[in-house]
Amino acid sequence: MTQQSRLAIWKTYKIYIGGQFPRTESGRSYAIKNSAGKTIANACQSSRKDVRDAVSAARSAWGGWNNRSGFNRGQILYRIAEMLEGRKKQLKDELMAQGYTATVATREINLSIDRLIYYAGWCDKYQALFSSVNPVASAHYNFSVPESMGVVGMLAPTNAPLLGVISLMAPCIAGGNTCLILADQEKPLAAVSFAEVLHSADVPNGVVNILTGYQQELTDWISTHMDINAIVCFDQEKPDWQKIQENGAGHVKRMFRWNTQQLLRAGGQSPYLIMDLQEIKTTWHPIQTIAGSGGAY
Amino acid sequence: MAKKKKWEYSPAPESKQPAAIAGRYELFINGKWQKPSSGTYFNSINPATEEKLSEIATANETDVNKAVQAAKQAYEKYWKKISPTERGKYIFRIARIMQERARELAVTETLDGGKPIRESRDFDIPTAANHFFYYAGWADKLDFAFPNKKANSLGVAGQITPWNFPLLMAAWKIAPALATGNTVVLKPAETTSLTTLKLAEIIQEAELPPGVVNIITGDGQTGAWLTKHNDVNKIAFTGSTEVGKIIQRSLAGSQKKLTLELGGKGANIIFEDAPIDQAVEGVVNGIFFNQGHVCCAGSRLYVQESIAKKFIQKLKDRIGTLLVGDPMDKNTDIGAINSAQQLKTIQAYIKIGKAEGATFFETDCVLPKKGFFCRPTLFTNVAQSNRIAQEEIFGPVLSILTFRTDDEVIEKANNSPYGLSAGIWTDKGARIFNLSKRIRAGVIWANTYNLFDPTSPFGGYKESGFGREGGLQGLHPYVQLS
Repeated sequence: MTQQSRLAIWKTYKIYIGGQFPRTESGRSYAIKNSAGKTIANACQSSRKDVRDAVSAARSAWGGWNNRSGFNRGQILYRIAEMLEGRKKQLKDELMAQGYTATVATREINLSIDRLIYYAGWCDKYQALFSSVNPVASAHYNFSVPESMGVVGMLAPTNAPLLGVISLMAPCIAGGNTCLILADQEKPLAAVSFAEVLHSADVPNGVVNILTGYQQELTDWISTHMDINAIVCFDQEKPDWQKIQENGAGHVKRMFRWNTQQLLRAGGQSPYLIMDLQEIKTTWHPIQTIAGSGGAY
Repeated sequence: MAKKKKWEYSPAPESKQPAAIAGRYELFINGKWQKPSSGTYFNSINPATEEKLSEIATANETDVNKAVQAAKQAYEKYWKKISPTERGKYIFRIARIMQERARELAVTETLDGGKPIRESRDFDIPTAANHFFYYAGWADKLDFAFPNKKANSLGVAGQITPWNFPLLMAAWKIAPALATGNTVVLKPAETTSLTTLKLAEIIQEAELPPGVVNIITGDGQTGAWLTKHNDVNKIAFTGSTEVGKIIQRSLAGSQKKLTLELGGKGANIIFEDAPIDQAVEGVVNGIFFNQGHVCCAGSRLYVQESIAKKFIQKLKDRIGTLLVGDPMDKNTDIGAINSAQQLKTIQAYIKIGKAEGATFFETDCVLPKKGFFCRPTLFTNVAQSNRIAQEEIFGPVLSILTFRTDDEVIEKANNSPYGLSAGIWTDKGARIFNLSKRIRAGVIWANTYNLFDPTSPFGGYKESGFGREGGLQGLHPYVQLS
């Protein structure tokens, strides 16, 4: 038997919509380069149709995800962390292929895993922190609780291919929302591999959808889409935030720019980010008058 | 069936005298009454009689600049530095003076806006005063409101209020802004500025430092200058969804924090096991309170098919007894429509409803010869896709639809761009919790409707806006957390 060098199997990086890994319906792709400028993969250049498919998948998934108990959502977020822990080597290789040093890549992966654990723990606790029973002056029982906003469009930052995606996704889905995440245009590989992690972590199909492609082309479709309730991006990023906000005003989208510097460091996590993507609902109900019973009840 | 003789009520008019409305109002800027640099004034009329009540200054861009600069200086010079406890004490003073001048404010509100004196006296004015009283107490307790965070004030808040609850909306805006350490420039709606101007007098009487609250009057253009001003750090707007979208778009790219409290098309849902007579009262209160000029009005009625016939008959009988007329009469249930323009809008929608094929019903009450009035109106046989089921009419016009199952009515209730309020009438607790969870609206009234309280957050989902007013959650729109 002669010794032959084995030909490597290259990975095809596809997008993640509704729990499946299709290529973009547009059939387009763009080259992903390593730091030496060599093409290491062809990523999908997603289209408007992919955005619409992703939103539709996220909307279908929302009711079920929102209805899961906080405890159950917490278990699933924890499971994502477990799965990610087992894929550390692959993600590290991908980050390094795109120019990260081993130290920086390891730090980013560890922070990402710990961040998932952090938000896993919040899934059944933020409600207690931000709810209230309101002492109205009439004979009514009145309480306010946070509820998820629905479908959130999220634009990943450029300087943290994995941590950026997780810092957006985790507080969003911890709170019962579903999302569509547009990965870092130049460095999308880790985001796509992370989609595979999600797929093996009991995350229901459509709760998280990840697209790759040209930000400039896709942000207009995301910000004008009538079934996206909120948009989040990082504040040091390129997209034309003014244009995104103008588009979003068309149907009163909630729009947030999270602080890049604060979020991408250790400790850059908070239940207030979960709350950014929550509505407050207040419910009233009359109380039968008990005045007649005096002090004796 | 022989027509039953209607009850007659003797007139019980409230006196106009306590209103003490001045012939002319200037702009309240930097603690002083200042003539507008525009040099122009507009008339404020009584919509029940079409008589002129007063003339009010129009603020132009120069006046808006002046007011914002006054607020900015007051923020740096006084309000930022003062201790939170002292800040709270000023707000308590405002609440107390409002209570003392309650009758004057109630009569003014009714003369200016057309709402029944019973409502302004028993609801608008006391609730407004209570709102100040509530937020006054928060001023030195903000550390408890945001666990693990420090709440920082934003600076100058630009606020625009609507014409349906003029003084109450001013209270909803000013009280939390002041409590959290911001200064204010507020523009009331053009047709109903008077009680807000009286609030300016009260703020003067309470000896707030000059410029902490500024009241500028005018139309939409004045509001646009305010929202676009570079030195304004926060915009709070209550009004139509149409204008809300324009404001949100105009703020794109700026650092201003925004709260929008916009329109609604509240679904009021009656199940067959509901306490029927109470539900009829709730429906009447839901749509005819304040002539239906209520963003959270229960303007879409969903009645379960099995009781629809009986329920609609009872509803027709009940609204036949509503007294429409002089808002100053203490017996009046439905007062004047706020303006000629709004009456036109309502009448246009009534035409649309008829053209869409819905069945029209109005009561046979006699309307006053002068002023802007509209009879309580119902449409039955309304389809979900009809404009009168989808669009906000903002008047005493109820669209009635039917349903069979819980899932169906949830689907129908949520089939709306709005998401401000909903009512659920049923005897089943489990059903209330199922519906209240699944209906996408900021306020759910179960076996009741149209209730408000300073401690209770109010605000919408979807195109009804974002941010909350009232309660602990009402502080958040006015702070930056660090």
